[in-house]
Amino acid sequence: MFTNSKKSATLILSDGTKFKGETLGKKGTTIGEIVFTTSMTGYLETLTDPSYYGQIVMQTFPLIGNYGVNFSDAEGEKPKLFGYIVKDCCKTPSNFRSKESLEEWLTKNNIIAIKGIDTRKLTKIIRENGVLNGAITTEEIENEEEFLKKIRNFKIKDAIKNCSTKETKILTGNEEKTNVICLIDFGVKKNIVTNLKKRAKKVVLMPHNTTKKEIEEINPDGIVLSNGPGDPAENIEIIENLKEIVSLKIPIFGVCLGHQLLAIANGAKTEKLKYGHRGANQPVLDVFLNKILITSQNHGFYVLNNSVNEKIAKISHINLNDGSCEGLKYLNIPAFTVQFHPEAAAGPLDSNFLFDEFFNVIEKYKINKLI
Amino acid sequence: MPVRKDIKKVLVIGSGPIIIGQAAEFDYAGTQALKALKEENLEVVLVNSNPATIMTDKFMADQIYIEPLTKDSIKKIIELEKPDSLLSIIGGQTGLNLAMGLYEDGFLKKHNIKLLGADINTIKKAEDRNLFKQTMKKIGQPVIESKTANTLKEAEEVLNSIKLPVVVRPAFTLGGTGGGIATTKEEFLNIVKNGLLYSPISQVLIEKSVAGWKEIEFEVVKDSASNTITICSMENVDPIGVHTGDSIVVAPALTLSDKELQMLRTASIKIVKELNVNGGCNCQFALNPNSFEYAVIEVNPRVSRSSALASKATGYPIAKVATKVAIGFHLNEIINQITKKTYACFEPSLDYIVLKFPKWPFDKFSYANRNLGPQMKATGEVMSIATNFEQALMKAIRGAEINQETLTLKEFENLKDEEILKGLEKVTDKRIFLVFEAIKKGVPIKTIENLTKIDSFFLSKLKNLAEMEKILTSEKTNKNSTFLDEELYVKAKKMGFLNKTIENLTGKKIKNKLNANFKMVDTCAAEFLSSTPYFYSTYDEENEALSLDENLKESKKVLVLGSGPIRIGQGIEFDYCCVHCIWALKKLNFKAIICNNNPETVSTDFDIGDKLYFEPVQFEDVEEIIKTEKPMGVIIQFGGQTAIKLGLQLKKANIPILGTSFESVDVAEDRKKFDALLEKFSIPRPKGYSVFSVDEAITAANNLKYPVLLRPSYVLGGQNMVIAYGDEDVYEYMKIITKNKLENPVLIDKYLTGIEAEVDAICDGKNCLIPGIMEHIERAGVHSGDSISVYPSQNLSEEIVSKIVKYTKTIASALNVVGLLNIQFVIHENEVFIIEANPRSSRTVPFMSKVTNIPMVELATRVIFGEKIKDLNYGEGLIKNNNYVAVKVPVFSFEKLNNVDVHLGPEMKSTGEVLGVSNNFSDALFKGLLAAGYNMNYENKKGVLITVRDKDKPEIVPIAKNLKNLGFKIYATKGTANFLNKNMVSCTEVLKAHESEKSRLNLIKKIEVDLLISTSYKTKVQNKQKHLI
Repeated sequence: MFTNSKKSATLILSDGTKFKGETLGKKGTTIGEIVFTTSMTGYLETLTDPSYYGQIVMQTFPLIGNYGVNFSDAEGEKPKLFGYIVKDCCKTPSNFRSKESLEEWLTKNNIIAIKGIDTRKLTKIIRENGVLNGAITTEEIENEEEFLKKIRNFKIKDAIKNCSTKETKILTGNEEKTNVICLIDFGVKKNIVTNLKKRAKKVVLMPHNTTKKEIEEINPDGIVLSNGPGDPAENIEIIENLKEIVSLKIPIFGVCLGHQLLAIANGAKTEKLKYGHRGANQPVLDVFLNKILITSQNHGFYVLNNSVNEKIAKISHINLNDGSCEGLKYLNIPAFTVQFHPEAAAGPLDSNFLFDEFFNVIEKYKINKLI
Repeated sequence: MPVRKDIKKVLVIGSGPIIIGQAAEFDYAGTQALKALKEENLEVVLVNSNPATIMTDKFMADQIYIEPLTKDSIKKIIELEKPDSLLSIIGGQTGLNLAMGLYEDGFLKKHNIKLLGADINTIKKAEDRNLFKQTMKKIGQPVIESKTANTLKEAEEVLNSIKLPVVVRPAFTLGGTGGGIATTKEEFLNIVKNGLLYSPISQVLIEKSVAGWKEIEFEVVKDSASNTITICSMENVDPIGVHTGDSIVVAPALTLSDKELQMLRTASIKIVKELNVNGGCNCQFALNPNSFEYAVIEVNPRVSRSSALASKATGYPIAKVATKVAIGFHLNEIINQITKKTYACFEPSLDYIVLKFPKWPFDKFSYANRNLGPQMKATGEVMSIATNFEQALMKAIRGAEINQETLTLKEFENLKDEEILKGLEKVTDKRIFLVFEAIKKGVPIKTIENLTKIDSFFLSKLKNLAEMEKILTSEKTNKNSTFLDEELYVKAKKMGFLNKTIENLTGKKIKNKLNANFKMVDTCAAEFLSSTPYFYSTYDEENEALSLDENLKESKKVLVLGSGPIRIGQGIEFDYCCVHCIWALKKLNFKAIICNNNPETVSTDFDIGDKLYFEPVQFEDVEEIIKTEKPMGVIIQFGGQTAIKLGLQLKKANIPILGTSFESVDVAEDRKKFDALLEKFSIPRPKGYSVFSVDEAITAANNLKYPVLLRPSYVLGGQNMVIAYGDEDVYEYMKIITKNKLENPVLIDKYLTGIEAEVDAICDGKNCLIPGIMEHIERAGVHSGDSISVYPSQNLSEEIVSKIVKYTKTIASALNVVGLLNIQFVIHENEVFIIEANPRSSRTVPFMSKVTNIPMVELATRVIFGEKIKDLNYGEGLIKNNNYVAVKVPVFSFEKLNNVDVHLGPEMKSTGEVLGVSNNFSDALFKGLLAAGYNMNYENKKGVLITVRDKDKPEIVPIAKNLKNLGFKIYATKGTANFLNKNMVSCTEVLKAHESEKSRLNLIKKIEVDLLISTSYKTKVQNKQKHLI
């Protein structure tokens, strides 16, 4: 049994390790998969990134909330993560765009969080043991064994369904442009939408289970497979759909989960990383350009390098820290996908040019078709 | 791509002497660069005039030239060594300017020398103000509206288009020398006049002032494949208007949202790509706090003070990577030395914050103008690492050695609100303390923000500290318990309060003292396993410092205390000693642990010691390290007064001091004990007393008869030392010195004139080894650190020399010195008197080690661990002189400070030193003076202006005669002129400054005078007329 005082909260890991801290945001109990991000800024972007569905996110940078909350920086309408861990949360933020403090925002958005723990110690535990489940609670836990069992049994379920749009939405883009893009939403970040709207006349936001037929009806110039949460291999329906969609031979651009799903649809395999890549400083080598990009990343799974059939796709990007596959260029279809986030938010804009690259592919493809 | 095939032999130019704006950071960078070049088996030639550096140690390069950093001397070296390339980015502004000068002379082309790191286009684009502006415009980067002017008239015209206030920046100067902010036309003209003089190309930039905007910096590294990464962002707590070297700085930037940060990061990368720097580059921005508007202020295509700070802040070795990149490597080919698993092409992620606090020389210059602006005034800095801002600031404050444990400054406590509000508008070195006082008095944060433009984020953090201090103080009246509430205690500790401070403020005892836990600096926020031995203290749960060396025997660990921030009197020399001590310990198979808080130095490079603790060199902080490490002992004799000061407390805590004992240090410092010792061995010293009050001082001074020398005990660098010529001087001095309660007495000595000599010796408790005797050119009374020092002595008779040796040996064994000993002598009427003896390393150790080829610190370290002098194989007693003469010349930074008396006295004023070596004295002196920056070219002789006090007049006659014979025209002030004319030296009389504004000052301003000979009467008292000169 363990208890919490009025101001305190406890973080308990599936192995029983406890961290005593202070309560932050909503009171109560939450269970999730604990991950850490090393990004030093962009906490609001992190909190609203739908890819964190089911996870309790810890910030390794100790001073969070410094510049308050400005709603326009949010990456999703509602936060999808299950909990939040910080070392310190600034009560007196300062920034010309700040509308409220992070603490206020967390409470308003019903996020159970904890502050004041040894976050570096927790990071090292995750690094050594791999991601693990845990819980934040401000309540009294009577039967600790049972509680731990519950924590251990936790599994992220229906992640994509809970993040994707339920119905197709047509978004007006740039009047001066001509292309129409279908964006399949697995839990898309706002900045992907913004980047597409800048370059396309119309962006059609479609649900995760969109079929070939539904796309055919729109007849887009390009298809974008968005980022999203969870284990990619579990999404059998989506993968089957994608297998058919590729036969349309419409240029495809995939980001993060979109990259993984298209790879699986093309016969590759994904595997869980020990503790994922989450941060704004991941170095990636563009194999074709022999150029290094510093990228924003948030993923727990990756496409196994040796599962990629060389006749189907080439590895176009490699992570310079651990050599894992960070991008694929398909040979049989006009498609390329990346594991990292060219839309950044938060993070460096080094790879933002990939959006332009996609529209170049679309244009080239049109010309090729004419010939 | 590995090393370029066309590079075989590289010339590296160092940065020369330590001056304000260019300090130890270039030794740190230079040392890394040389190591990086040697790793690739390149032949390396180094030129640097500063002997007090690690980079000029003989094993650092294949050929080392300690020569003046002038184009002429470098040309000679190039002709002799025939390097194929020149690394331009390591030697600060000096190195960059020389590289450019050599290029423009066509010399590099003629000798087929490639510029590595920053080529000529890069340097020009960054340094030439107009070209810089054009370049920024080309890539769409906003700059501040500005115009250049080459004459005063041009400058006046600029004011038609750019309205006041404006910033004036002279071109091609470092640390903003001669620059300033002008709000009135008069100020403007004054600053421009000065700026034109200081700029080597007589050009100033006049720009719109953006004072009050946020100042943000990025450190960027780019390779030849155009891979570009940012290592660190930094934010100045003091907004634009204060030179970044004088500003409190945090890393990473703390008040920027990701959108703002990425905007500036992207801009930095664009800039560095356009400038095509192959190496490290610093980009400075002004950011409007109320919008996304920004402007590029400055770009430095070289390593800098900021890059040293960023390296220490992140663990990313910028200078090393920049060097590798400059010789052809790509970022993804260089291994990250910290993780040893990842590559240099990543951006560090921090899980702590870093704070830099400047160290100013105003304690030395009581009458200096303490206002801070675009011209840097700090001589050094400290850095602190913590997981919150409050703790970082508290660590920095106590580590800066300004006698502050908290932000409460006594002199501000009784100020009225309106005085505080008025004071806040002015930026001085004390403003942060005034801000704190304002917060404590309840002035709203918003009001303070409006007045100071310091972001309310930082002000709120100060408020947290103020509130904590209030709560702790209020505990004094809480009589409920004799012990402090545990929760409050933990909170205070996490905010950085010392146990001592907490007990003092609360008047309560702490029941269970918390131990500090140490965290690792690993560049990656623990994302990857690393084994960097680089730590900082926290009051978190886990202690990482112990996991590294479980298999280390405790008995083999030694803690070396560093020397803290660079200041006048305690400079890079002591860091040199610490580094050599660490290397010696490693050779002797000990594990060397270093504690220091100076980000500029070699000793705080993580790969120097076996373990680095980046902590204030203060007792409680050191004690925490000892609790974790349990070393066999602590070495304090190499870290200057900073380390020596801790002797008593270490002794009280039963922590073994290795080498000379605390008792011996105490005997040397304690007037009575030391006098008794000298008396016992019949060693003469100037008669003297120790006093506590004004009355005692006056009586003592009259007993001794004027002139007398006054100084506090336990100081280094002659801090607050003066020569008094009468009662009024003693009154003035004692009034200032007794402002704070005296813990140690003031020493009054009879001031003896004569030749000053100095000795550094290595002693094993019985015998000693004296590498050489130095003779000072300036007479006694000028601080030894400000004197030109000559080795071997030129004017001492054999009898005097043998007396010096005898006295040194006697004192060494009487004090039972184990390690280094420094003694200063004055030779007065053919008798040798001891001025002072210091059983520790001194400022001259690097100089003597280099010129005598005796590794003094290594030998001292070996002696500390029990070896005997006779077994060291370097001889015993005074070592025979070499066949050359070495002259150490001090270098001053007076042009950076206003209202400072440039006359030398017993208080040290120089910031650095250079070395001149030759086979005869006059050549060595000439080289030394040249290296120190004196213009020794008198081909077109003009005049000499002489103004001396009466007692010096007889002495000046032969000097004036000689100058006259050499072809100088002699000018003198009234009294001096009369005297000279009476003594058959014809000269022109000029009026004194106060007699006519125009005469003498104008003469100097018009540069009709090459030399000025002036002796002053007063020492500490400001004499306006002098400063006008």
